[in-house]
Amino acid sequence: MKAALVISERDNVATALEPLDPGRRLDLSGTTVTVLEPIMSGHKVAVRAIAAGEPVVKYGSAIGLATSDIAPGAHVHVHNLSGSRGRGDIALPPPEAGGLAEPRTDPAIGPDGVQP
Amino acid sequence: MTNRPGFLGYRRPDGRAGTRNHVLVVPTVICSAVVAERIASAADPVSVALPHLAGCGQLGPDMRVTHETLAAYCGHPNVGAVVVIALGCEQVIAQTLAEAGRRYGKPAEIVSIQGEGGTVRATEKGSRIAEALAKELAAQDREPCDVSDLILSLKCGGSDYTSGLASNPALGRVTDRLVDLGGSAVLGEIAEIMGAEHLLAARATNGAAAEKLIQIITRVEAGARAMGLDIRGTQPSPGNIRGGLTTIEEKSLGATHKAGERAPLQAVVGYAAPIRAKGLTVMDTPGLDVEAVTGMVGGGAQVVVFTTGLGTPTGNPIAPVIKITGNARTARSMADNIDLDVSGIMDDTDTLEAAADRLFDEVLAVASGRPTVAETLGHREFAIHRLNPTI
Repeated sequence: MKAALVISERDNVATALEPLDPGRRLDLSGTTVTVLEPIMSGHKVAVRAIAAGEPVVKYGSAIGLATSDIAPGAHVHVHNLSGSRGRGDIALPPPEAGGLAEPRTDPAIGPDGVQP
Repeated sequence: MTNRPGFLGYRRPDGRAGTRNHVLVVPTVICSAVVAERIASAADPVSVALPHLAGCGQLGPDMRVTHETLAAYCGHPNVGAVVVIALGCEQVIAQTLAEAGRRYGKPAEIVSIQGEGGTVRATEKGSRIAEALAKELAAQDREPCDVSDLILSLKCGGSDYTSGLASNPALGRVTDRLVDLGGSAVLGEIAEIMGAEHLLAARATNGAAAEKLIQIITRVEAGARAMGLDIRGTQPSPGNIRGGLTTIEEKSLGATHKAGERAPLQAVVGYAAPIRAKGLTVMDTPGLDVEAVTGMVGGGAQVVVFTTGLGTPTGNPIAPVIKITGNARTARSMADNIDLDVSGIMDDTDTLEAAADRLFDEVLAVASGRPTVAETLGHREFAIHRLNPTI
């Protein structure tokens, strides 16, 4: 069993399949990464350096933006990765809404308003 | 019949196939819910109640969703007969619900608590009716049905990192196979498509479906914006975050694997609205598990496959809910609530293909009558999505 899994070759994070201790060396899609801090099973580890503001990519798609610089081997979670969607607290348009930059829906439209 | 896969179901006069044959005891309003539950217990488990919190004091679209959801259950192919329990002064119209059953050739009776003169007399009369109908239904036989008669509801809940790596991709392969064979699948939970909608929209066979998908997702985001709220307080859930999921985008990308990789997106429909398309339909439901399952079954799904990482008990009153997990610890610690363990995918002792084969067989066996653990344990959760507060 692999210790960590990179799902798509576009990904810059891997998913730990067992608890990873600092110093552990991981062979991930051609690169070797040394784990920098304890990472729980199911949590993400950076495969490459990710700069603050850069997209974190898993399943081949962006899952949010790095909120600080992330070194290879670091734990990637809520402390250094933030989602960009459904954020009423910040004035950001959805980055990947299928090509639509701005919402164009009447918020009053409910489930019965979308009937064919 | 050739050697196409199929199941033994109840063929209804309109051509649809049921995987169960229940007497549905449906209260029009919360006020008649207890009487309905007592009546259903007279012929349990053939008769099941549909207790709910609504039916009166509702406005406009909110009332319409309640009415239509209850009517959809009365007309559902897993229901063979209907007993409507009315109070007598409520908004939901008992006659409309009875008609929704009769339209499909089912016997449907109405018992009114005010009309009968109270709880005791209404319960006595309703119980006699339910028992007689249950006896009638028990005499009906299952017949061979084609796999394309199935509408499969796709659901995940209590997700963790194994959901996106094992159980959801295994279910996705079943979805693709079912759709290749001419069947249907329905995906709900709009908030959990957020961040993965580009992948589904690219599979749309028509512009209207793609546009509607983006429109309803944008509505959910606009709702959060209008209230100045941050969806991160709710999505992912605290349990999701402990399990390693960081953002809604990550959760959505894993969740959307349930819908397979190639099944064409044919339609996007409203809550509990009829699913008519072969192929994949997206339904506008909230992410809350019970409300989502309630809506998708209302749309006509006869079997639900529910993937879980952390484990969850949710069932449905009229449709079997099959639980699968890719988390070996959950498969042991929540064994009561799990039908199928696919955790071997995680440690390479099983393959996605083999797990999908087992799940496909399980779907057909359950469609043919094998009880799920949720059914055996009496899990019959039911909750209608509410749009507005009661007035």
